[in-house]
Amino acid sequence: MSAATPPNVEYFDHDADTGVIGRGTTLAEAFVHAAEATFGLMCDVDAVEPRERIDVEFTEADPELALVTWLNLLLAHANARGLALGRFALAQDGDRWRGVARGEAWHDGLERGTQVKGATLTALRVARQGDGWDARCVVDL
Amino acid sequence: MDIARLSRIDEWTWAVPRAAGEARHEARLYGSRTLLEAMDDKVLEQITNVARLPGLVGPAYAMPDAHWGYGFPIGGVAAFDPEHGGIVSAGGVGFDISCGIRCLRTDLTVGDVAPNAEMLGDALLRSIPAGVGVEGAIRLDDRQLDAVLLGGARWAVEHGYGVAEDLAFIEEHGRIDGALPGNVSSLAKKRQRGEMGTLGSGNHYLELQRVERVFDERAAAAYGLFTDQVLVSIHCGSRGLGHQIGTEFLVSLAKAASRLGIALPDRELACAPIRSPEGEEYLGAMNAAINCALANRQILAHLTRQAFARRFPLAKLDTLYDVSHNTCKAERHKVDGRERLLYVHRKGATRAFGPGHPAIPAAYREVGQPVIIGGSMGTGSYILAGTKQSEERAWSSASHGAGRAMSRNQALRRWRGRAVVEELGNRGIVIRSNSMRGIAEEAPGAYKDIDEVAEATERAGLARRVASLRPLVCVKG
Repeated sequence: MSAATPPNVEYFDHDADTGVIGRGTTLAEAFVHAAEATFGLMCDVDAVEPRERIDVEFTEADPELALVTWLNLLLAHANARGLALGRFALAQDGDRWRGVARGEAWHDGLERGTQVKGATLTALRVARQGDGWDARCVVDL
Repeated sequence: MDIARLSRIDEWTWAVPRAAGEARHEARLYGSRTLLEAMDDKVLEQITNVARLPGLVGPAYAMPDAHWGYGFPIGGVAAFDPEHGGIVSAGGVGFDISCGIRCLRTDLTVGDVAPNAEMLGDALLRSIPAGVGVEGAIRLDDRQLDAVLLGGARWAVEHGYGVAEDLAFIEEHGRIDGALPGNVSSLAKKRQRGEMGTLGSGNHYLELQRVERVFDERAAAAYGLFTDQVLVSIHCGSRGLGHQIGTEFLVSLAKAASRLGIALPDRELACAPIRSPEGEEYLGAMNAAINCALANRQILAHLTRQAFARRFPLAKLDTLYDVSHNTCKAERHKVDGRERLLYVHRKGATRAFGPGHPAIPAAYREVGQPVIIGGSMGTGSYILAGTKQSEERAWSSASHGAGRAMSRNQALRRWRGRAVVEELGNRGIVIRSNSMRGIAEEAPGAYKDIDEVAEATERAGLARRVASLRPLVCVKG
């Protein structure tokens, strides 16, 4: 009997805050799921309508710092524009990363969770897991 | 935490023994055996890592409410000498720079407020922008925001938010020197555009509390406290601007440390020498964020007064004190009998100057600086007073909160927000929030015993208890 496949989006415990985990067959896919986990703390990502678009682009050779950079850019731009985000896409070309996130302005119809202040370097790990990737870190709430 | 790994100095003081040949300063923890046993082993690991940082003076300290943080434990205190290679660490300050508590002292009693608690809860939830995605009414352009970052609470008072009398009762008199708005990125400023005068979410709150018990009559008299009096505590920080500064410098200082040859036992201890371009850049931005937080709490105090005025037009809501928790401040302390300038990091810890310190408002100088320990919405909070002893115990520092006893995920598995609101309602505590998920995460049972934290803070000589407070109304973000 084979072991159950771990979910693509998961959380782990931290004393004061929460750890997010994204898994995928590629690094970029794992990062996309980590973004879903992160924004899932703030709202029901499936309920967010993709009315607005955020583009992010960065250069980072270290995969762990790339995960933190990706999440923090999304958090910053979403906060600056007053958006809840629910859909994410990311492409990697060497150390170049290009991502798109879609969402909508916050409104009373969206369930409000807890604001994520930032992705941290704590329990930060990006590693191969089986045939895919596991990307995780603690986010500050 | 396995306390067999610690050596006991006295009933309330513990140290992490050094291995043979281990080159680091002392790592010292304060608290009762019960509190220490309940701490995560990560606290021990993190405070030991802090004790390895360059230019540290004296031990690295963990307060009785310490828990697992980022690089530094939350509840971590450490002082560095800029003239001896001392560093400033973004991880030693945290994301929510200058998160803290503004406490307002009313002339109302529980008899006045309890019959109006539901109405006040509604009025405060309407008046205080709270929760993720909720913006405030104040919109500032970059020039105006730069003025906030330089002026702090003084800017707020000059623009009609509160009164000049408030400023004497805020750390740094409402404005810290050394802020450099030019060191704050445009993205950080954009994040703040809709966030001046907002509470935030998570563990941020606005709470009406009654003075339950007075422990120290003399200090209570100096602070204007009496049993059954109603206080208002506002817990929040520097909002999106501070978060962005923390985010950016955490990565840039981690890279700088590597470039400057500083061996970090944990990347999250991201730091640079205080006397370096990188260190000075961070300090300028961090001080700007401190002023942002001081202005934010000043505006929230003003909005609170407006909400109260509708039901209690003659009520007085004077500022008792405003303390910051996540800071690195330049202070003068005595080391081996000689006064030195040190940069004291307090990550989730409160400054606690003892009697006679010139930074304390004249009205409180004989009894010491007010220290506010915020608890959960079901248990309560404490007002304490700084002690002379605290200067030598932990660079005049004390606990800042109850500290979590379980993670947010565990709390979500155990409680439902509506059930928590109902249960607290049955105990006479009115809860108002835009987030039922947030209420479950912040359930009182998810926090440590605040009474034990306050007692340990006193027994360890960090601050002495003045009064305990119990919640009446809590507005959560």
